[in-house]
Amino acid sequence: MAQTQDGPEKGAGAVRRDFLELVAWSTLGVGTLVSLWPFVDSLNPSADVLALASTELDLAPIEEGQRVTVKWRGKPVFVDHRTPQEIEAARATPLSELRDPEPDEARVQRPEWLVVIGICTHLGCVPLGNRPGEPRGEWGGWFCPCHGSHYDTSGRIRKGPAPRNLHVPPYTFVDNTLLRIG
Amino acid sequence: MSGEFVKAPFKNVVLRWIDDRLPVLSWAYNELVIYPAPRNLNYWWNFGSLAGIMLVVQIVTGIVLVMHYTPHASMAFDSVEGHIMRDVNWGWLLRYLHANGASMFFALVYIHIFRGLYYGSYKAPRELLWMLGVVILVLMMATAFMGYVLPWGNMSYWAATVITNLFSAIPIFGDTIVTWLWGGFTVDNPTLQRFFSLHYLLPFVIFAVVFLHLLALHQFGSNNPLGIDLTAKDKIPFHPYYTVKDMFGLSVFLLVYGFFVFYAPNAFIEPVNFEPANPFRTPAHIVPEWYFLPFYAILRAITFDFLWIVPAKLGGVIAMFASIFVLFFLPWLDTSRVRSARFRPVYKWLFWVLVVDVLVLGYCGANPPEGWYLVAAQIATLYYFVHFLVLMPLVGKLERPLPLPTSLREPVLGAAPRPQPAE
Repeated sequence: MAQTQDGPEKGAGAVRRDFLELVAWSTLGVGTLVSLWPFVDSLNPSADVLALASTELDLAPIEEGQRVTVKWRGKPVFVDHRTPQEIEAARATPLSELRDPEPDEARVQRPEWLVVIGICTHLGCVPLGNRPGEPRGEWGGWFCPCHGSHYDTSGRIRKGPAPRNLHVPPYTFVDNTLLRIG
Repeated sequence: MSGEFVKAPFKNVVLRWIDDRLPVLSWAYNELVIYPAPRNLNYWWNFGSLAGIMLVVQIVTGIVLVMHYTPHASMAFDSVEGHIMRDVNWGWLLRYLHANGASMFFALVYIHIFRGLYYGSYKAPRELLWMLGVVILVLMMATAFMGYVLPWGNMSYWAATVITNLFSAIPIFGDTIVTWLWGGFTVDNPTLQRFFSLHYLLPFVIFAVVFLHLLALHQFGSNNPLGIDLTAKDKIPFHPYYTVKDMFGLSVFLLVYGFFVFYAPNAFIEPVNFEPANPFRTPAHIVPEWYFLPFYAILRAITFDFLWIVPAKLGGVIAMFASIFVLFFLPWLDTSRVRSARFRPVYKWLFWVLVVDVLVLGYCGANPPEGWYLVAAQIATLYYFVHFLVLMPLVGKLERPLPLPTSLREPVLGAAPRPQPAE
């Protein structure tokens, strides 16, 4: 009490007070941050959402040249059973022509199966071309109607505003006819 | 507010530019920094700010819980016990903070209320401050009750049934009102959804009333343990003296809160509420949350028709609501002009008898309304009303208060106390 009336002291008293203040504020700061974390983390995907994070697909009924769409983590995934001509067209393209250069070999595990996330890398629309009769764009892959991006038979961006190729999700072939995405 | 409005002394030009146009910073400076508070406040004055902090904790945890909860009769139980408690990251923590937070909030508020009763904080010129506090209590009760229904366990369901049926005691319109509350012919999905909506709304209404409560508080400043009006010399700035004291009190409170959340999270939750709602099976022993027990005991204490015109059912409901609403009239029921019970030798004892009386009511409320429990509840109910309606007015007139000090300096400096009527 006497100290507060005498004003700030020089020397040992002031140093001790500075130290106490520093410790108090740091504890409060760290404590606040730590207690905020559960609130932030609770907004991340919950266990029941993560439990649905992988999707399996039976490949046996999919004919050559046929494309199917499956839902994986709420997003459309394009599975394309490519014809030899489509594979050839994808592999013959020189990398210098590509905006996002990536060889077709790096985008597939088995040449006849192309698996890409069906979301345009421009602003998130679903490109056309996965259903029969839809426009496939100038390179025979996919065509996004929102802003006119063209993708080739490897799902690579060839024309239009999109910056990147269609993303390849993580997937494995469980056996010859079973695909697991995620 | 009990002084001149002072502009906050900012050196930073940006803060000064903002404050010149929107004096919210100066307002905070006046109300939270230089606000003159009595220098003799004891730890019982910590509970108001603690209750305010709990309101914020309840709102913040509640808003996040709503992001994971499903307000539908067929999904609510699973979304709480399955989704939030097991799947959502930290969901168990958010839910336990919120559920135990309600109990903590009521505990703090009840201590805050009894503090006011002991030190006469409800007396002139703080009548509206007190009445706004009673409004907050009523709103809290409604909010807590509707929140308790949301997990849709079997105790939730039957609590909703019993409490909504209270309104069926109203003559003539009772049944119509209950059907209207339910949105159907029993407590069901429409009831759950409207309770959810109101449970989200009311805390913000409470927040607004708390603001008015503080506005009324700062008009005349805090009462103090001596209950006398203080001069500026007997006051100290709120910051740092009471910010630090409130922080210390908060640390101690958090230990208690943390103990329940982390070591006894289900201490306040009835085991029956781990069963989903079942409209065909009432739990054998139906009890409300602990903070409603005294009122529940009063409700059940009226087992007899009153004066041939008020049936027992209506009598119980009236008594229960009256037990809260009598608090609104307390500033005028207490006829003594001396605030603090320290200087009221008779009232001091009556205060402690009232504390025991409320505890007895709570104990009876937790037990079946039979035998001695019922008799005790009836006596305690009678005494509760006698305390407020008979003893408070009489004692104020008949009691001879001790001589009041004229200032804080007097008892501190040991000057001879001069007899002085209370202001």
